[in-house]
Amino acid sequence: MVDGLKHLTETRVGGTVAAAFLASLVECVEALTVVLAVGSVRGWRSALAGTAAALALLAAIVAALGPALARIPLRAVQLVVGVMILLFGLRWLRKAVLRSAGVIPLHDEEAAYAKNAAAMERNMHASGGWDRLALAAAFNITMLEGTEVVFIVIALGAGGTELLLSAAGGAFLALLVVIALGAVFHRPLARVPENTLKFIVGVLLAAFGTFWITEGTGLEWPGPAHTNPDVAIPLLIVAYLLVAMWLVSALRSRAAHMGLEG
Amino acid sequence: MRWLRPIAREVAGLFVDDGSFAVALLVWMVGAAAVLRIFGAGDWGGPVFATGIGIVLAENVLRSAHRRQAATGKERDGEITRHQD
Repeated sequence: MVDGLKHLTETRVGGTVAAAFLASLVECVEALTVVLAVGSVRGWRSALAGTAAALALLAAIVAALGPALARIPLRAVQLVVGVMILLFGLRWLRKAVLRSAGVIPLHDEEAAYAKNAAAMERNMHASGGWDRLALAAAFNITMLEGTEVVFIVIALGAGGTELLLSAAGGAFLALLVVIALGAVFHRPLARVPENTLKFIVGVLLAAFGTFWITEGTGLEWPGPAHTNPDVAIPLLIVAYLLVAMWLVSALRSRAAHMGLEG
Repeated sequence: MRWLRPIAREVAGLFVDDGSFAVALLVWMVGAAAVLRIFGAGDWGGPVFATGIGIVLAENVLRSAHRRQAATGKERDGEITRHQD
């Protein structure tokens, strides 16, 4: 275990921070869209209290599960987490590619904001104390999206304490960025190119997932990656990026061709 | 405990979007990792495994796009036919 932790290099730590930051940023943006809708319609006190309560619970979950994961053999963790990360990342990448190619529509944060704001107005009956509806809505969305962030942090940080702290740092940074964005814009974050984020996150997670599965199963790499497997990570990132970009290009060409024929 | 249900659904949804894609990936992961380990693929075990994942992704994306574009084409043809009627 100690040897395994020593094996972790700056490449992996940097990549973990970047992956955790971007993946968490996507989830935080989704949660913020709803929290903004709740807060602007029902008042900020209850919306922020619900958000804070959910964040506190999520922090407790990270604290409870993080150390427990560190006691499990590294190879088993790499294999299990690798499979989860790969499935998770490729799911995102697949959708991001289809969206970039115009096969499926882009996720519309503006529409999500309007829908939630309208729902809040229909149920408006705030009392002088806490607004339960706003509290529950903000708590639920933060819990739902936050659970994904917790998964990302634990999964990306499952290789050891250093990685866990890096992943948590990346997620916390994403939270700060989104809070700052929310404070500046006070509007749904349709301006943030969500699909671009998902595209990059999908590529990063797919690369990490593939790498960890090969580490967990003992599969080897040629060239410099044979002695230092971490070298394979940037190569996998480039490879997945090229495959995804080729797919977008191929689908756009096919759509244009079909358009001409039609 | 009712609030746990949507969270459980959300967590399951993290991994599975297109069922056939998830199954194909799992089959490749288990099959390839086992075969490459048993038969000793040497230095090329990692690249072969990663290439297979890329092929599964490409096949699924192209098939999904073809299915959706075919469905859109049918809808468009249906509208043209209705207009002509």
